[in-house]
Amino acid sequence: MTAVEVTVRLVYLAAAVCFVLGLHLMRSPATARRGNLLSAAGMLAAIVATVVLLAAGSGGDEAVRPLTVSPWGWIALWSGLAVGSVAGLVSARRVEMTAMPQLVSLFNAVGGGAAALVAIVDFLRVSGEGVVTAGFSVPVVLDVIIGSVTFSGSLVAAGKLQGWVSGAPIAFRGSRALSIVSAVVAVGGGTWLVVTPSGWLLVAVVVAALAFGVLMVLPIGGADMPVVISLLNAFTGLAVAMAGFVVENQIMIIAGALVGASGTILTKLMADAMNRSVVAIMVGGFGTGDGGGDAGAAVGGTEVRRVEADDVAIQLAYADKVIIVPGYGLAAAQAQRECGELGSVLSERGITVLYAIHPVAGRMPGHMNVLLAEADVPYTQLVEMDDVNPEFATCDVALVVGANDVTNPAARRPGNAISGMPILDVDKARSVVVIKRSLGHGYAGLDNELYGQPQTGMLFADAKKGLAQILAAVKTHVG
Amino acid sequence: MTSELLSDLGLFVLAVLVGFEVISRIPATLHTPMMSGANAIHGVVVVGAVIVAGIADDPFGYVLTFLAAAFAAMNVVGGYVVTDRMLGMFRSRPQARPQARPQARPQRDTATPGTPSGGAR
Repeated sequence: MTAVEVTVRLVYLAAAVCFVLGLHLMRSPATARRGNLLSAAGMLAAIVATVVLLAAGSGGDEAVRPLTVSPWGWIALWSGLAVGSVAGLVSARRVEMTAMPQLVSLFNAVGGGAAALVAIVDFLRVSGEGVVTAGFSVPVVLDVIIGSVTFSGSLVAAGKLQGWVSGAPIAFRGSRALSIVSAVVAVGGGTWLVVTPSGWLLVAVVVAALAFGVLMVLPIGGADMPVVISLLNAFTGLAVAMAGFVVENQIMIIAGALVGASGTILTKLMADAMNRSVVAIMVGGFGTGDGGGDAGAAVGGTEVRRVEADDVAIQLAYADKVIIVPGYGLAAAQAQRECGELGSVLSERGITVLYAIHPVAGRMPGHMNVLLAEADVPYTQLVEMDDVNPEFATCDVALVVGANDVTNPAARRPGNAISGMPILDVDKARSVVVIKRSLGHGYAGLDNELYGQPQTGMLFADAKKGLAQILAAVKTHVG
Repeated sequence: MTSELLSDLGLFVLAVLVGFEVISRIPATLHTPMMSGANAIHGVVVVGAVIVAGIADDPFGYVLTFLAAAFAAMNVVGGYVVTDRMLGMFRSRPQARPQARPQARPQRDTATPGTPSGGAR
């Protein structure tokens, strides 16, 4: 090892420590930002060290294949880095917070694509030299398959969230058979590739894996996308770790493994909160995810009580304790600012205001927290499910904004689609107001029994308009 | 198996275990930023893109290098910036917006001296 290589290895070690400590600091909102900056600093150091290593003309498996960069190689690298950095910077700065999940999904797609490309370039060169061992080709195959599946799958997931691809589960005749065939071709071709390395076989594996990624995500409903994105995030981590094995780079192995573990944990947490198994979601679950629009006036034969914004405003203005229950409808209508303003107006009147955050409210875990934080809601008012549930019994008004299944008391009984799912005990509140566009179903396709209860009033409106009306009315009433 | 491969495998397994351990303790409030932050960390694939720049030696290889570098840079730069933007929104700001929080949290009133407090109720 040369002095440069030793230094680079030590920088990698420091970068790995930065990644772990950075994630560790994300445990609390107060230190989370520092954690992210620490992780970014480690990343910058690792990248600079690698460029230095390359410029010094070493790196990789030096005995077999010393690395030297041709002028064209530098041009390709720098122009690629410049284009990608600008694209990443601009999209990250410009994105609306409600559109954030699809942007994360897009970053995830390109990360997986890059991991697959790294393995392809290295494989083409090594196989050209005719010395392919299983220790090399196995990670190549795993990287190419996982990376390609993530690339196409994440793009479809992002398209579904953005509305470019229908959020409804898409299945056509033979789609399931086709996805099985593509999986078999990818895995079979990959196995064959390990035995007899060939460039054309690699192309076949890539194409089959790309097809499988698309076919895997298409039949999954929009409401399940958070779980899918989280799973694909874990996949990308694994693909990057495999790319690390391919080019024999330790920091890629460590960081990829860290992300693989995090994505797996997060996926499981999210699926648990919905009381569904990850397998069930991936095989295609119930519901369309977009909610039906058949506005009726009855729930299970019971009439619902309609209320107007004025009535709600009076109730709220004279309450001692109000719990706001935000859901996907809030995010879809981009109503977080109105919601935050209503909360702060009530707080200023001395009313205790809490926000009840269900683990899967919105489109990603913690999505509601981000949206409400954007609207300047102090995070001390955001209370998680287990802590807020006892509070409902002593609350005067529970204001449900665009949340459905997570408030349905039917979950406490066995025998229906959401049985056993942990819910917010909104029905224990003295009075409940639900802002909702119609009596359409949530993604579980069930009537919400909460709406038929005597203490519940329904305000039929878009979340943004409904909240704005209530806010205006509260301001008039309290002067 | 070479000894290099074996030690890399050891690194991989230990990093997975560290990942489980560190990440399982993050509160749900921060799950979205955390997912985004983890998403930025797998942008480390940019290191791989740098390495393949030294491997590529024909036009096809250069095109793939360009693509890998562009994809990876977008992942890593965008990932960190969007995470930072999200985390910048998490503020308790007790000064900016005094909370008249009567019975529930009297200690918050003492935390904001000089502001009209609802502590009398």
